[in-house]
Amino acid sequence: MKVYVTVELTVDQDGVMHPQRIHWTDGRRFDIASVSDVRRAASLKAGGTGLRYTCRIGSRDTYLFYEDPKWFVVT
Amino acid sequence: MKRGAYSVNRRILHADFNSFYASVSCFLDPSLRPRPVAVAGDPEARHGIILAKNELAKRFGVKTGEAIWQAKKKCPRLVTVPPDYDAYRRFSALGRAIYGEYSDRVEAFGLDENWIDVSAAVETTEDARRLAERIRARIREELGITVSIGVSDNKVFAKLGSDLKKPDAVSVVAPENYREVAWPLPAQDLLYVGRATRTKLLRYGILTIGDLANTPESFLKSQFGKCGVMLHAFANGLDVSPVLCTTDQPPIKSVGNGVTAPRDLVSDEDVYLTIAMLAESVSARLRENDVRAKTVHLCVRDAGLFFLLRQRRLDRPTSLTLELARACMKLFAENYGWQAPVRSLAVAASDLVAANSPEQLTLFDDETPRRRAEAAEAAVDSIRRRFGYHAIGRAVFLKDPSIGLLNPKEDHTVHPVGYLRNCTMNDVIGGRA
Repeated sequence: MKVYVTVELTVDQDGVMHPQRIHWTDGRRFDIASVSDVRRAASLKAGGTGLRYTCRIGSRDTYLFYEDPKWFVVT
Repeated sequence: MKRGAYSVNRRILHADFNSFYASVSCFLDPSLRPRPVAVAGDPEARHGIILAKNELAKRFGVKTGEAIWQAKKKCPRLVTVPPDYDAYRRFSALGRAIYGEYSDRVEAFGLDENWIDVSAAVETTEDARRLAERIRARIREELGITVSIGVSDNKVFAKLGSDLKKPDAVSVVAPENYREVAWPLPAQDLLYVGRATRTKLLRYGILTIGDLANTPESFLKSQFGKCGVMLHAFANGLDVSPVLCTTDQPPIKSVGNGVTAPRDLVSDEDVYLTIAMLAESVSARLRENDVRAKTVHLCVRDAGLFFLLRQRRLDRPTSLTLELARACMKLFAENYGWQAPVRSLAVAASDLVAANSPEQLTLFDDETPRRRAEAAEAAVDSIRRRFGYHAIGRAVFLKDPSIGLLNPKEDHTVHPVGYLRNCTMNDVIGGRA
């Protein structure tokens, strides 16, 4: 399922976005430890396409999609 | 005829999204995927025809262009969804962005088809095929939909190739194999062989593309004129028309909008309301493109499906709603005898000149009202840009909101295109006619 989320991010001087934290729908916040890959990709499961960030959250890798102008994760 | 006498050594791809509208709708809503799905217009507004269908619906024999009730007869579990043109335009642009990474020559043919000239990127047909495979895989991974790609040395065979294998496939129709691959196909598979041409070709025993290719050019010219020479060139793979540079896509040549009214139009007042609504959209688009029109066209289709198309040259180039609407209403009054209620109307403007091109004024007319009308329409455009189409409108449209409050500019801005739109017939056949 596709869940739109609020994302805290920094934008560097070249205009590149670096997501820092995800605000989950129930109010919980998840820090993104690192981003190992960024590429344009589709999520068949969620029915969305955009820039896909592979984010390290805790001990797991999670896909975070930037579907201009919104962000979503796949559950 | 010796192949290649007029052709240049090129590598051209034609990429065609499979069942584009239906694929995008199914991709965006995963719950639709296991079901037979068709994208269809709104039956309440009398637009209830099938615009596209997915593979499952295709298996039930659902066809584009038929009424929803006809499709549901064949496939009772058919799910119909409304079109989402914003999404289609977005996916179309994303696809073009991928093609644009491999060539600066990407020419659109509608929203779902593009020619890509990759001659500068790869040297052989085999390299072009490998590149096409890479593009096909990227479209599936990055957009979640599929594309069929034809590879050839000319645009016509590349397009033929993209129709050969569907979905998600690459086919080659190149100098090495076109006799085996393209020539056994029915003549109507070739671009520009429509129903009428096919019937005429059948009369002479020309059934396949190969038959067409081997018919003397002089005979085809005697039967079809210049078009016969073009078809002969197409069938022999001698189309030399260029794939346009992405930055050289030509300026628009005409602007038009049409609508099937939500109810039959039975009076001049109904017709004027509809024409004014369409003219407002056409004039807004003319202003958006900084042009004025010297000719207006009116199409009328009545409830008996009688079709009428008339045009008139205007006294002065215009982008004003009322001037377009009055000219169209005059055409209607002069040419339509009210033998039946009117079902659909279309207004178009052509013969376009730049809005700032010099204009001959008359000595005796007062220009002030015209300047005021132009300023008022520019103000309306600005309000609509900021607050939406329905933020402001003509009072006359409230007489019948079901017609007057339609927004053809936003609702129907996807138009079919012609192959000869961007080039002349001489460009296609190398000036041999």
